[in-house]
Amino acid sequence: MIQVKEITKYFGKKPVVDNVSVNIQPGKITSFIGPNGAGKSTLLSMVSRLLDADTGEVLLDKSDVRKWKSDEFSKRISILKQSNYMNVRLTIRELVSFGRFPYSKGRLNAEDIKMVDQAIEYMNLKDLENNYLDELSGGQRQRAFIAMVIAQDTEYILLDEPLNNLDMKHSVQIMKILRKLVTELGKTVVIVLHDINFASVYSDYIVALKNGRVVKDGPTHEIINSNALKEIYDMDIPIQEMNSCRICVYFNS
Amino acid sequence: MKKRYLVIVLVVLSLLSLFVGVTRISPRDLFDFTSEETQIFLISRVPRLIAIILAGAGMSIAGLIMQSLSRNKFVSPTTAGTLDATRLGILISMLVFTNATYMQKLSFAFIFALAGTLLFMQILNRIKFKDAIFIPLVGLMFGNILSSITTFFAYKSNIIQNITAWLQGDFSLILKGRYELLYISIPVLIIAYFYANRFTVAGMGEDFAKNLGLSYKKVMNLGLVLVALISTTVVLTVGMIPFLGLIIPNIVSIFKGDHLEKTLPHTALLGVIFLLACDILGRVLIFPYEIPISMTVGVIGSAIFLFLLFRGKAYA
Repeated sequence: MIQVKEITKYFGKKPVVDNVSVNIQPGKITSFIGPNGAGKSTLLSMVSRLLDADTGEVLLDKSDVRKWKSDEFSKRISILKQSNYMNVRLTIRELVSFGRFPYSKGRLNAEDIKMVDQAIEYMNLKDLENNYLDELSGGQRQRAFIAMVIAQDTEYILLDEPLNNLDMKHSVQIMKILRKLVTELGKTVVIVLHDINFASVYSDYIVALKNGRVVKDGPTHEIINSNALKEIYDMDIPIQEMNSCRICVYFNS
Repeated sequence: MKKRYLVIVLVVLSLLSLFVGVTRISPRDLFDFTSEETQIFLISRVPRLIAIILAGAGMSIAGLIMQSLSRNKFVSPTTAGTLDATRLGILISMLVFTNATYMQKLSFAFIFALAGTLLFMQILNRIKFKDAIFIPLVGLMFGNILSSITTFFAYKSNIIQNITAWLQGDFSLILKGRYELLYISIPVLIIAYFYANRFTVAGMGEDFAKNLGLSYKKVMNLGLVLVALISTTVVLTVGMIPFLGLIIPNIVSIFKGDHLEKTLPHTALLGVIFLLACDILGRVLIFPYEIPISMTVGVIGSAIFLFLLFRGKAYA
């Protein structure tokens, strides 16, 4: 269980995240949405300990994340940030093997190798496993990183805009994979999304941020309605229901 | 690029290196322990070979570690001011203590090398414009500033000639009793090997490293200490060897990727082979005279460096 309690983060004098409290529901997909500069990524970074909060605390299993030992913590929560700029030449297999780093510090035992194999199989990357990351398409690379996180075998998987720079087909592919991680492997996924419709179709809970504060927070169907969206985005967005998906038609509003 | 072939080439070049020189020595002479040839062999040729092996492996690994930690393929002791900082350290030790001992020079040079590299890393953190080629240019400028400070004070106190000795790498001065400092490279290389995985993880960025529970700052600092140690010992015994730490890791990376645990042995081997070949070339080109190693490595190395630059921003 992750509980965010009244955390605030300043960049300079400006609070980027301002007194935010959120509970992350286990076994669900939670999306952080909101306009640019709302503090979504900063919030995610504080939950995953990449950034320290200035005030307030984040609790993992009721104890402050800052008190966790770093290798124990990295067996519980993993985070993927936008990683497309990475220029290290590793093969997919080498990258996924580093997912076992918190357990083995790089010297893989039989159990680690089994986990790496499973992760690669799970993401359908067996044929590509000896290819270098810089030879892959954006979608394949993103799948390789998710395979690494699967090998890391954490209960919580946090992703910062994983659909960035991906085309429609690959975006859908990634979102379906995240859904599978929740239903098949029982993971808890927290994700920063820009596309409101991906959030609407794939997430169970939505946390909407604006100017560093939580403006709406609840199950997806409570957030995806014109009134709530008006409050979040300052736009009049009609909602259309198609095949039990609620689609926000924001393109000409 | 198989390790086996590299080892074979290394052995062949090593034998060649032992038997090339002004004094003709044949393997048969070595059976007579008292002969002049055996003496030359033990006092000059063997130390020279060991020095080349240790310096070649050391400088290439130092470059590899720096490239991994700075996440830039063109950063190395030559292009990050490390070597210039080392030289400044030696100068200061000579100004502070007249007749500085080896230990005093070593510690000053080490502190300066470490401080210089740290400073460059700090500059790197503040640069917003992270172009692959821009960063080594900043490093070269930084190095030249340090270098001109060194020259200024050396000129003022009339030790310019003394300092020039450290400007040019030269193996012809390596004799028994004058190179043993290089043995520091051996434990350094062993530590580097044990931390190879951590360096690779750190090379994927702070966020990535933290996600995997790695104490990023510690690994970073350890890496810089290792680099400074290697650079210091090499500059103090052999002199500056430019480009080695730059081109060797890049060539290995093209063939073998950036997984340090896998590429470290190759990088060390190729570094030694390249340095040995340059040294032998320098010894035979104007026989019986010698071209200093920094010259041969500089000319061949800069050509390869240019080739790497033009070849692929894709890999940079």
